[in-house]
Amino acid sequence: MTPLLTVDRLVMRFGGITAIDGLSLQVPRGAITAVIGPNGAGKTTLFNCLTGFYRPSAGRILLHEDDGSERDLTRLKGHRIAREARIVRTFQNIRLFGGMTVLENLLVAQHHALAQASRFALAGLLHTPGYRRAEREALEFARRWLAELGLTAVADTPAGALPYGTQRRVEIARALCARPRLLCLDEPAAGLNPRESAELNVLLTALRDEHGLTLLFIEHDMSVVMNVSDHVVVMNFGRKIAEGPPEAMRRDPEVIRAYLGEEDEEAADA
Amino acid sequence: MTAAVISASSPLALRLRDALAVTVLGGLLALPFIGLVTVEEGGALTVRTRWGAWGATLAALFFGRLLLRAALDAWRSRRPARKRAVFSSGDAVLRRAAGTSLLAAALLLPVFFADNRYVIDTATTLGIYVMLGWGLNVVVGLAGLLDLGYVAFYAVGAYTYALLSTQFGWSFWEALPAAGALAALFGILLGYPVLRLRGDYLAIVTLGFGEIIRIVLLNWTSFSGGPNGIGGIPRPSFFGLAFARSAEGRTFHEFFGLEFSPMHRFIFLYYLIVVLALLTHALISRLRVLPTGRAWEALREDEIACKALGLNTTTVKLSAFATGAMLAGFAGVFFAARQGFISPESFTFSESATILAIVVLGGMGSQLGVVLAAAVLVVLPELGRQFADYRMLVFGAAMVTIMAVKPTGLLARREPTVRLNPERSAAP
Repeated sequence: MTPLLTVDRLVMRFGGITAIDGLSLQVPRGAITAVIGPNGAGKTTLFNCLTGFYRPSAGRILLHEDDGSERDLTRLKGHRIAREARIVRTFQNIRLFGGMTVLENLLVAQHHALAQASRFALAGLLHTPGYRRAEREALEFARRWLAELGLTAVADTPAGALPYGTQRRVEIARALCARPRLLCLDEPAAGLNPRESAELNVLLTALRDEHGLTLLFIEHDMSVVMNVSDHVVVMNFGRKIAEGPPEAMRRDPEVIRAYLGEEDEEAADA
Repeated sequence: MTAAVISASSPLALRLRDALAVTVLGGLLALPFIGLVTVEEGGALTVRTRWGAWGATLAALFFGRLLLRAALDAWRSRRPARKRAVFSSGDAVLRRAAGTSLLAAALLLPVFFADNRYVIDTATTLGIYVMLGWGLNVVVGLAGLLDLGYVAFYAVGAYTYALLSTQFGWSFWEALPAAGALAALFGILLGYPVLRLRGDYLAIVTLGFGEIIRIVLLNWTSFSGGPNGIGGIPRPSFFGLAFARSAEGRTFHEFFGLEFSPMHRFIFLYYLIVVLALLTHALISRLRVLPTGRAWEALREDEIACKALGLNTTTVKLSAFATGAMLAGFAGVFFAARQGFISPESFTFSESATILAIVVLGGMGSQLGVVLAAAVLVVLPELGRQFADYRMLVFGAAMVTIMAVKPTGLLARREPTVRLNPERSAAP
């Protein structure tokens, strides 16, 4: 099976610091890929490159379209990656539209389709049938995801007033409303209690199995990584140090060294 | 037991100490201001003491502070009972009722004050500020872009009409869309270079932009008449009927068979601004529930999240600037037509500050709040006229009080643009 995304010798420098140093990896289609690694390994920088927030210093990010063609995302402007490549992300520190309700958050995610239907707000101002239909469809789509993620009861609550765990789910629901092909989640389990974290496992698996989504996520919570991921990429100092199925990663000596440090090094330190 | 005694007695002790401190401080300040007075005696100035007045001031300070403290404490203890965060639609009903009665009052005002030019004039000024407030509300309240140079677009609208009418003979209704479009263009012109700026930095640049427009108008004498301004701007006519005792064509009073009265024009101008303001209101309320408006609010809440969801923040920002500027342009045309004379004097920074104060005071993003705040800011200085020299002091004190009591503005609660369960949230 062809991968959905190929990262090819990606380099990201900030002045003298090289955050990503020639990273190459493939994101398999219809699977859950986890990116793990110690703090500062360059995981979030990778996400920022993938979703167009940073322009990489070198290398390519290729999206493999369904018809077999390839598209280099490094040339695409930030908002067009979400719109055209349909790569949508969530953030490590939740970024919801706090003053707006959950439902409004989900409608903003469908802005492009709605804005096109409203034709520079003209059709919207005139309340044409075409715009009304688009609005109804957007509401219906939002309603489906609200139900799927158990958020129907809080749909009319301002997002900023919700508990942390619920906000995480709202952010995922909002990303889903942008109709992604690849969903990138930056530490989706951070700050969740064990029950919420177990619910997240179920959700991620369901997104893969029932909705055919490709998922890429950064995570420190190993219970989530081991339970749901099909493929694990381990990063350290901006490089990929290992890659493979989760069970193999658990035993990989390189990975253990990255997380726990080298034995002789520790001895020398002591 | 002891805790109860302490908590019962200590507020009083605290208040007494607080009042004493205020009295000492106030007494020191009042000593030169109130305790001493200069009198002219035999051609020379001498200083007299007024211990009685000073003593009365001290007493007033002490008891006034004591009362104020007590009132504030009582108010504060009651406050947590009022919960926020959850939107109740009972509130929306109240709001709609308030809006409807305000509208009725606005429409009926000339009926009751048909021969009172002062009231009609003040109400017209209020209308202009309401319209400007609503326009700026798009930029500041909805899109969250702090604009300190809003008056520039008002000036663009006013000068567009002034020049088009005096130089090319355009009528009010012809110039209105042209001025709106030109002001919107200036909005985009300002918006483009400040796309990357936010908050304080944006405020500084917009402040500069406002000043640039004013200074250009002040110095480009051949174009704008410089400090002399432009006079003889034609007044708007009632669908071609002039408001004059006699004119070339038919006049308003002849056509309707009325006795000529100068009040006709003022009442017409009043209704004109009411209609313009209502159109503005309709446009903004509609835009707010459209994708455009939701994108503005999303931009205010989190720009990065907007980008991640595929919103083109450039278009979102520019559309907010352009919409706000266009509305200011319309208001400017009306202003020029009403005054008949404009000069850069009318478009100083303090005008921008007043409009911004209306938006902030009203509660960012609230349409009804803007009306209330504009009423406070326009009517209060008028009411204050009887206080003569203390007018601006009273005005300032009122603003400080409002901001201290309601820091988020008079009406800060935001009404969602769409509800999933309208019937369910109707229940308390």
